Amino acid sequence: MVPLTYFQLLSAALFAIGLYGVLARRSAVLIVLSIELMLNAVNINLIAAASHLDGTGSFRYFDGQVIAIFVITIAAAEVGLALAIILRMYRNRATVDVDEINLMKW
Amino acid sequence: MSWLLFGLLAVLTLGGGLGVVATRNVVHAALFLLLSLTAVAGVYLVLFAEFLALVQVLIYGGAIVIVVLFAVMLTRSADYPRISDNRQWPLAAVAAVGVLGVLAAAFTARPTPVTRPQAPVFDDLANSLFTRWAVPFEVASLVLLVALIGAIIIARAGGNER
Repeated sequence: MVPLTYFQLLSAALFAIGLYGVLARRSAVLIVLSIELMLNAVNINLIAAASHLDGTGSFRYFDGQVIAIFVITIAAAEVGLALAIILRMYRNRATVDVDEINLMKW
Repeated sequence: MSWLLFGLLAVLTLGGGLGVVATRNVVHAALFLLLSLTAVAGVYLVLFAEFLALVQVLIYGGAIVIVVLFAVMLTRSADYPRISDNRQWPLAAVAAVGVLGVLAAAFTARPTPVTRPQAPVFDDLANSLFTRWAVPFEVASLVLLVALIGAIIIARAGGNER
């Protein structure tokens, strides 16, 4: 069987890729996609902990999988809201470049 | 066997992720995201989380990627190939590698004692969701409702456009 550490390293690598995307991209749509990558990295970590650590310490009842279901729910709500904001932004300013959305920047 | 599967799925996941942050074409980025998310569903199967794998394929592959492609279609503009990375991308790379280093050190420093990988009985998962997690479940459904109504109102045509 694959040990827990390898799943955690996979999750850390995916999280780092998503973090790079959030910080370096300029298109708002690509930033939303990178946030999805980070949420998935967290989910891998939760589910790996749920199936490897259940019954040890305070890990019980596969809570990790239930929390992962909540994370997926929030991710769906977040994507719908973020894309609505991007559509509105495009309609008002005719761009999705976040560097040009500086109306509220002091 | 599980090592082989895990290696293949890890390569697909990380390759899709790198494709999302490296490509200049937004549609390609959405398709790379689909590849990565489907591979993550495979990782869930390796971890005996069949229900989560199904939910992952349905919600991410079926709903979120489609919504993203709709948004790309509706905000189609000539400057998509031009805008890619901003000027702070070297700093972003340093931050990402730093976070990866810290997380990897934390995960490998003190291996946690693990039991044999095991799968929940599906009934137990449902019982847990609707008894111990009943209040968060209701709050999550309320959040989803409010977010979707908000999305409709924000994206609706009309209003005070400039």
